[in-house]
Amino acid sequence: MSTLLQVENLSKSFGGLMAVNDVSFSVEQGSIVGLIGPNGAGKTTVFNLISGNYKPDNGTVLFDGTNLVGLPTHTIVEHGIARTFQTIRLFQNMSVLENVLAGCHCRMRSGSLSAMFRTKAQRQEEEAAMVQAMAELEFVGLDHEWQNKAKNLSYGNQRLLEIARALATKPKLVVLDEPAGGMNDQETKELIELIRAIQARGITVLLIEHDMGLVMQVCSSLVVLEYGIKIATGSPAEIQVNPKVIEAYLGVDEDE
Amino acid sequence: MKPTQIFAILFAALMATCPFFLNAYWTDVMNNVGIYAILALSLNVILGHAGLFHMGHAAFYAIGAYLTAILNTQYGVPVLWLILPAGLMAGFFALIVARPIIHLRGDYLLIVTIGIVEIVRIALINNVFDITGGANGIYGISRPMLFGFKIAKPFHFYYLIWSFAALTIFLLIRLEHSRFGRALHYIKEDEVAAGGCGINIARYKLEAFVIGAVWAGMCGTIYASKMTIIAPESFSFDESVILFTIVILGGAGSIPGVILGSFLLVGLPEVFRGFAEYRMLIFGAAMMAMMIFRNRGLLPPRPKRYKLGEIASAGGAK
Ligand SMILES: Nc1ncnc2c1ncn2[C@@H]1O[C@H](COP(=O)(O)OP(=O)(O)OP(=O)(O)O)[C@@H](O)[C@H]1O
Ligand SMILES: [Mg+2]
Repeated sequence: MSTLLQVENLSKSFGGLMAVNDVSFSVEQGSIVGLIGPNGAGKTTVFNLISGNYKPDNGTVLFDGTNLVGLPTHTIVEHGIARTFQTIRLFQNMSVLENVLAGCHCRMRSGSLSAMFRTKAQRQEEEAAMVQAMAELEFVGLDHEWQNKAKNLSYGNQRLLEIARALATKPKLVVLDEPAGGMNDQETKELIELIRAIQARGITVLLIEHDMGLVMQVCSSLVVLEYGIKIATGSPAEIQVNPKVIEAYLGVDEDE
Repeated sequence: MKPTQIFAILFAALMATCPFFLNAYWTDVMNNVGIYAILALSLNVILGHAGLFHMGHAAFYAIGAYLTAILNTQYGVPVLWLILPAGLMAGFFALIVARPIIHLRGDYLLIVTIGIVEIVRIALINNVFDITGGANGIYGISRPMLFGFKIAKPFHFYYLIWSFAALTIFLLIRLEHSRFGRALHYIKEDEVAAGGCGINIARYKLEAFVIGAVWAGMCGTIYASKMTIIAPESFSFDESVILFTIVILGGAGSIPGVILGSFLLVGLPEVFRGFAEYRMLIFGAAMMAMMIFRNRGLLPPRPKRYKLGEIASAGGAK
């Protein structure tokens, strides 16, 4: 297996706080990797550094042979990394279909002039995008909701819609920030199947999740953060018995 | 047929025939409404669709009008030939001035764009490059000729202006229902999410600015040939404010709303000419009431409809 994503010595501080401190890990092509750690450990910040929402103070993010540091978010998406957000960020007042079409955008070409003249290429591209968007909705099981407004979906379905939107960008890697957040047990079970189906499509998955059941079931390897520092890495079985990890989680258990 | 379609057809039919029932004065009022409608529709791309608080639209309009006036009076270029160059010149100017400011947040952008329109107006008054005629402006701009026919009367201009308005509406509706239009909509809804979906935010904002400016510039040509005389005062900050108000009042991002706004803000004052002194008072009160009770405008944009038909059944998960 080859390495798809390699994060090296990544650091980011906010004021005096080291949110991410010299973190390195790698993600193999085709794998499902979990990034875990207590609240405030810096997991989301790592995602924001990978996706270009934040610029690292230090370190590199190598993806498929390219250093992504300093590239704008939309270019990183074009390179093949799509993300979802911990706090759902859908286009709330737009339809479910339009939300997925947003993901299709970066693989389309037609601009304002071809739209005004409605060229043949433009019409075909629009139709192809609809087909693709509907296929992604069907993939996550939301095709019957296509006309509904995003804000009218249940919390769990909004998470699924974000995943569909991310998949519509035709990514090599999807980065999911707490996809099970706000889901009930049944929805979480279906999410596990969905994450496996994403992997079956040849897409690599990096996810943050607090639901340990989910993490242990789907991830092939885990990276553990605490106070911005990587404290462990390994298979789920190894991580479960790692004393440092147990301590980190027990240490914060009372406020969870 | 849906009620909106029936209404659109009735409106088009009424617009196509109304000059036959109107005298020259009222036809001219309709011409002004038309010019403001085109300008407001072009501003709507920037303010309504992209959500950029731009209060300097008169600057682009002025550039189109002055380019037309100068090339026509100095070099005798027929005015209708100048529509496209006027649009391109305004678009080019927009590209240069908007590039460094496009990332500014709403309120800051507003102030900078007010600066732009003032700079343009003052430059025109001070007769930059000795070609703008200073405070007196430029006169003697010729009338448009169309296939050997001279467009001079309000009645003729009515059809020129409203044909151009119809074309504008047609093209802008297409633009709204496209990848480009959607991109602006995503950006307006949530910039972070739009960026996370792979949309180049700065580029689309800039393109919206340039498209709006091109249209305003083209409208400048029509205005110059209709007036035959132009002066800096026609392109003041006040004009920008009126256009801004039309878009917000009518419904930012809604083409029918902006057209309605143009009729209300440009046409209605003529109806109430008798109460000229109270006009602004009534407007002010109406605006306040609007912003409280209908703060998305009179006709806010409606959700877009997509037809799936055979597409839905053709699509399947990979
Ligand atoms: N934009 C920011 N400005 C200032 N501080 C920030 C910012 N983003 C994150 N932080 C801080 O950095 C630390 C790490 O935050 P982060 O969101 O990455 O944690 P997390 O591991 O995702 O936590 P959670 O499990 O609660 O989502 C926290 O202390 C947080 O307050
Ligand atoms: Mg987080």
